[in-house]
Amino acid sequence: MNLVEKINAIKENQDDTALVELIPYANFIGVQTKLVNGNIISSLPFKESNVGNPAIPALHGGAIAGFMENAALFHLLWQIELITIPKIIDFSIDYLLPGRSECSYSQCEIIRLGRRIALCNIKTWQDNDQQPIALARAHFLLSENDPVK
Amino acid sequence: MSVHPFLEKMNQTPHAKQLGIQLVSAEKNTVTLKLPFNDAIIGDPISRVIHGGAITTLIDTASGACVFQAQDSLRALATLDLRVDYSRPAATGEDVHAVAECYQMTHSIAFSRVTVFTTDIKKPIATALATFMRSNKEFPVG
Repeated sequence: MNLVEKINAIKENQDDTALVELIPYANFIGVQTKLVNGNIISSLPFKESNVGNPAIPALHGGAIAGFMENAALFHLLWQIELITIPKIIDFSIDYLLPGRSECSYSQCEIIRLGRRIALCNIKTWQDNDQQPIALARAHFLLSENDPVK
Repeated sequence: MSVHPFLEKMNQTPHAKQLGIQLVSAEKNTVTLKLPFNDAIIGDPISRVIHGGAITTLIDTASGACVFQAQDSLRALATLDLRVDYSRPAATGEDVHAVAECYQMTHSIAFSRVTVFTTDIKKPIATALATFMRSNKEFPVG
């Protein structure tokens, strides 16, 4: 069974935890998921090993970015008809507030879905969804061109 | 230029430590860090390529380190933004290197650019730009 078939089976069974199990990095940082109205919502419970600044303590900016990139990937995997696994092309993040020692949540919105490219906006917040700690955007490649001769 | 002892501590933040990020070398405004390949940070279980998130952490850590190196102190930083362009997937099983250069610094802001590669810097797997706000406080080092 290839990866697309595996993910399609996971979607068929509405087994979002199997998706986390499938991606080692998601497990590594401790991503959790929940299905709400057919959407997959990602959360990141606080974990000591995701800390970047032990004094505050604040989450590592890289862990927040990785969580958001992964949330966008999960959202795409869940929402679209897969041809191949979407590949990240670029990722841009603005940090608004320090990530405190609490659970973080991400919400992803597909701004444009083309045949080959998807553009996503991702928002991450902690206790108050009106006060995001970071905003990000990412392009994903959904299918490859045939090589040009 | 010798490697500052504080740079050795810089990549000892809990998350960088868990990823096993290591300092390779440091020059005036430039720092090279290494992210060892590890099965736990794979993003695609079939191609076994490292997840972009782990690469972003390497970039963020290297960017911060090159600003510490350039300012020659541990004056604290807050990342304002970070942009990564992924040019090619990292070959599986290979360690990933990041060379970060602090190319501009004002009293309040520092700018860095980063090149990420496995074996050949001329074939980068990612390039990135980051902007930092400089604080007046020292970064805590245990």
